[in-house]
Amino acid sequence: MLDLPEVIAAPAKRGRGRSFEGRRARTALWLLLPTLFAIALVGGYPLLRTIYLSFTDANLGSGDEPHWVGLENYWNVTEDGVNVGLLADPAWWRSVWNTVLLTITSVSVETLFGLGFALVINSKIKGRGLLRTAILVPWAIPTVVSAQMWNWMYQDSLGIVSAWGRQLGWLKVGQSLVANPDTALWALVAVDVWKTTPFMALLLLAGLQSIPTDLYEAARVDGATRLQQFRRITLPLLAPALLVAVIFRTLDALRIFDMPYVVKGNAPETMTMSIYARQQMIDNAQFGMGSSVSVLIFLVIMMFTIAYMTLSRVNLEQTQ
Amino acid sequence: MTRKRFGHAAFQVVFWLVVAIILFYVLFPFYWAVKTSLTSPGDLARTALHWFPDRPVLSNYLEVFRVQPFGRNLVNSLMVALGTVLVSLLLSAPAAYALGKFRFRGKRPVMYVILAVSVFPQIAVLPGLYAVVKWLHLYNTWGALILSYLIFTLPFTVWTLTAFMREIPTELEEAAVIDGASPLVTLFRVLLPVMTPALVTTGLLAFINAWNEFLFALTFTSDNSARTVPVAIGMFTGASQHESPFALIMAASVVVTVPLIALVLVFQRKIVEGLTAGAVKG
Repeated sequence: MLDLPEVIAAPAKRGRGRSFEGRRARTALWLLLPTLFAIALVGGYPLLRTIYLSFTDANLGSGDEPHWVGLENYWNVTEDGVNVGLLADPAWWRSVWNTVLLTITSVSVETLFGLGFALVINSKIKGRGLLRTAILVPWAIPTVVSAQMWNWMYQDSLGIVSAWGRQLGWLKVGQSLVANPDTALWALVAVDVWKTTPFMALLLLAGLQSIPTDLYEAARVDGATRLQQFRRITLPLLAPALLVAVIFRTLDALRIFDMPYVVKGNAPETMTMSIYARQQMIDNAQFGMGSSVSVLIFLVIMMFTIAYMTLSRVNLEQTQ
Repeated sequence: MTRKRFGHAAFQVVFWLVVAIILFYVLFPFYWAVKTSLTSPGDLARTALHWFPDRPVLSNYLEVFRVQPFGRNLVNSLMVALGTVLVSLLLSAPAAYALGKFRFRGKRPVMYVILAVSVFPQIAVLPGLYAVVKWLHLYNTWGALILSYLIFTLPFTVWTLTAFMREIPTELEEAAVIDGASPLVTLFRVLLPVMTPALVTTGLLAFINAWNEFLFALTFTSDNSARTVPVAIGMFTGASQHESPFALIMAASVVVTVPLIALVLVFQRKIVEGLTAGAVKG
């Protein structure tokens, strides 16, 4: 939406007036208009509105018009010297830490698993079709459903995972990985890894299949071992696909809401940034405050995006 | 030579072991859900840890529809997901035509904006979208969800269809334009019929995303008149407090998952193609 003026400006070059190019450009604009309007309605305007609301005392319960309060939602030192602003709220920082921890561990583990799956499926074995189909199962299961399925397996007395834990002597009777605040986050990482590894594997598989096979032939002729082939051919040529997959998944994991919410609700030990925002906004009815949280989440994700874009540019320059 | 052959056999064994472990890992939780859904709630405490159902019953499946308004939730989910797919495809087909086949200034920025929207955290637009939904009097209706889901389906469908659109030979479109066909006629009569497989793939993935959505569905609905399946399952409680509701939850889970798994099995080649198209071609 931001660049609409430029789009409109294109056919306005009166010099070529009714030229074919100009007509085409105008047609393109008309074809794009409904989509741009829809994106402005559900993306652009709501984002601007959220930013505006974050500077107000908007409340979900009262019908009053929101009042401008400046930065008070973010930073507000009261007369007693206590900062009641968001940036001084330990619960917010804990949710940031939880989310970052969950994202980093989950994305690293699923990258490793996904790479393993992709390598296995890519090898010329019988039954690879079956394997490729099977790994689509976790992907196809709705996130909420997978959360409930694992919730059941984690259940303290009747859950199968808890039973295995007891057999291995890791858990005592009545203990469960999700109920224990020290292990809950890691239990959720396991659910996320299970659910999202297939996506990773499919993206990496597409990357693997685009590597020309004669490279391996040549390496074999030169006497390279399998490990050398993997390190010198597979990894470097897979790097672009790997980077795209990791970026996709990181940005996705940073905004995670449904799985932890269904398993643990608003519990502080597994509260992610999105859960914290919704709690402020809906459960506490503090719409303005909740909007401030949303703005901060947006900023965090922008930071990650910019970091990745810089990183990938550096990477591209190195390979060229 | 024999040593080499032995090494090869050992490699095969290890390999198949790895395959078996992967299969167990990805399939077991779903098997466990199916198994639990076939256990009567009264038996659950006794047989929860058995590997196979002792006395398989279908009562949980009947219960889900009798006690819970699950049928209504299913209809809501279906209508919302179909509506989302329809609106997304109708909007994005012309947009993809413009982005894939036309040359004009500002094309790259438009592409970037659309890509940027796809990484928007849903929570960042939630407060503003809530205002839009209220303002349009759509709160607690299918419309609220169809409208709000566009924020994640539209960037995806536009981006993917554009990638597919670029692959259509330019001659096809040129012939139509020279024959004097208007842009919309060219799009709907000439290009889209060629793109049917791409439309199916893209539509299917958008459908799955809409079917699975939770945050907006939780926030923009207040009762079962519009509540979708994921919210219903997320908020499930048992008929009585003494029974563990998990047998019921698992039955409901299986009901919503089986159609998806069936779709995925039938269209798996297309789905893999669609999932990777956006990333690889884009």
